[in-house]
Amino acid sequence: MAVASADIGPREDYITVAGCRTYVQRAGKGTPVLYLHGANGGGRWLPFMERLAADHEVIAPEHPGFGRSDTPDWFDNIHDVAYFYLDLIDALGLKGVHLVGSSLGGWVACEMAVRSTARLASLALIGSAGLHLKGVARPDTFMWTPEEAARGLFHDQALAEKMLAAAPSDDELERQMKNRFATARLAWAPRFYDPHLHKWLHRIDVPTVVFWGAQDQLVPAVYAERFGELIPKATVHYFDACGHLPQVEQPAAFAEALATFVRRAA
Amino acid sequence: MRFFFFHLMPYAPLDLDYDKTHKSAWVTLPNSYYDPKLGADLYNRYLDELEYADELGFEGISVNEHHQTAYGLMPAPNVFAGMLARRVKQAKICILGRALPVLSNPLTVAEEFAVLDNVTRGRIITGFVRGIGAEYHSMAVNPAESHARFHEAHDLIVQAWTRPGPFAYEGKYYHFPYVNIWPRPYQTPHPAIWVPSQGSRETIEFAAARERKYVYLQTATPAEMLFKYMRAYREAALRQDYEASADQLGWSVKIYVAETDEIARREAKPHVEAFVNKFLRMPVEMLLPPGYSSIESMKGVIAAKKTITGGARTIDQLLEQGTFICGSPATVRARLEEYQHKGGFNIVMAGLHFGTLPAELTRKNMEMFAREVMPHLKDRVPEGYRPIAAE
Repeated sequence: MAVASADIGPREDYITVAGCRTYVQRAGKGTPVLYLHGANGGGRWLPFMERLAADHEVIAPEHPGFGRSDTPDWFDNIHDVAYFYLDLIDALGLKGVHLVGSSLGGWVACEMAVRSTARLASLALIGSAGLHLKGVARPDTFMWTPEEAARGLFHDQALAEKMLAAAPSDDELERQMKNRFATARLAWAPRFYDPHLHKWLHRIDVPTVVFWGAQDQLVPAVYAERFGELIPKATVHYFDACGHLPQVEQPAAFAEALATFVRRAA
Repeated sequence: MRFFFFHLMPYAPLDLDYDKTHKSAWVTLPNSYYDPKLGADLYNRYLDELEYADELGFEGISVNEHHQTAYGLMPAPNVFAGMLARRVKQAKICILGRALPVLSNPLTVAEEFAVLDNVTRGRIITGFVRGIGAEYHSMAVNPAESHARFHEAHDLIVQAWTRPGPFAYEGKYYHFPYVNIWPRPYQTPHPAIWVPSQGSRETIEFAAARERKYVYLQTATPAEMLFKYMRAYREAALRQDYEASADQLGWSVKIYVAETDEIARREAKPHVEAFVNKFLRMPVEMLLPPGYSSIESMKGVIAAKKTITGGARTIDQLLEQGTFICGSPATVRARLEEYQHKGGFNIVMAGLHFGTLPAELTRKNMEMFAREVMPHLKDRVPEGYRPIAAE
């Protein structure tokens, strides 16, 4: 989907936390940036990660249940994943973490942050799931064909065409299937939200930015406003002419915006 | 061979051109396509057909469960079993089955079946299924929990039927401080449990387990696959040191009998093709939500591309595959003999209504099947037949 930078690239590693052997990409040195991927899975080293790795240690795991990581017995709901990542932060001895989460990963990040911000320096959400606004229509992504899924992600349909033209390997196909299974387990019902999360977002006391593609078809931009209202120190930053994944669709502008936010939050 | 009559109760007056604007007859087909006046007549006609099957001498009559679809209009099959319970005098009433994982409270299934068992004085056969994938969309139940909920709900129900109450049930998904159903079931230790399935290995192993010996009912399958699944059940039994009886194996198949092969084919064609191409139509995303089947089976489906989501099928393809039996009484008898010989099953769940088949043809089919097929085959058993062994 996104093109990995050929310059340096991350180290690949497996670490075991809470009994879950977890695939992790890491690069750089400095205050840590932990990136939580969305429902389509991780394992892709994105341009903004490369950019941040110049000043930070960037850590990009694949969630329990996803991709190359184990599916542990305890993998039942989004709260399990949130506690797992709080454990992972402890296990790696990270402090002052800049937590970045996209879509499903944004939801996990919120669930972590309402539980504890003790190890967090800041929070960046990208088209985050986790909330529900009554009466705001959202597509049923579990009903989407692969083509609809590709088209629905992007404002620029050339990116969707490129994604559809790429023939995935057998391993990649199997990971995609695994990612869909894991997503269903976490997000089938209620559909991509936790009905109790909104009551506790006020507990998030670190600087927060809510990034959103103004043309996001999966989670309409009105959700950005709601996150902005519910999280005390949040600002909302829209990307124009952009769909659900600003980090992929507008990599340079996104990397710049995130780097600026992280620098100010430090 | 033991004969049961199966009704699916599709919404036969469906505008079959719906597929010009909608993807499926399931989940999202607007219910404005349903006309209650036509539906009222249809329900009464279908219930009459089930009662008529009793008169014609079928061993049992069967209903099932589907949600939010024109494919089958029985969202609550025990309502239908209840309507039949006091009118049907001889036949067993089979509820095949309740879709356990999509129900919010499976203890009510134990209760409802127990009531039916009492009222009929032990003339019900129960069935437990997971429901097809579309049901998980319709009922907003997590498909990734399907297998686990099925097993837990099953255990809860069997315990509710057999353990003296009150007792506590402590599962992962279901918790009851007091399991203590009134009434208790009429049959001892409990009503028969049948397991209809499309052939998942896990389900076959579950049904064949020595402590269960549930009747395994293969649904909607080409003949070659049927033989494979029947073999898999027998092998699963052998691994547990017992030989499965042919009475543990059944085939649910659509059948149409008429005066000659030519008449049968002509009369059945539009109705069976409507069944497979219109009522059964659904995209793979609807049929197989993530987690409903294992990754291995999903890969199989995607590789084979031979799902019910494939292109339009003709009656000739269905006959060639053996997913449909159609012809003169002699042809239908010969087919059933051949399939029993190869498959080793003793139970035939005959779907004598399908798709848009009108009332007159349904009655004619039922009569010809009951009079010219059943009597010839009722004493026929597979080679080496033995009854189900008691433990």
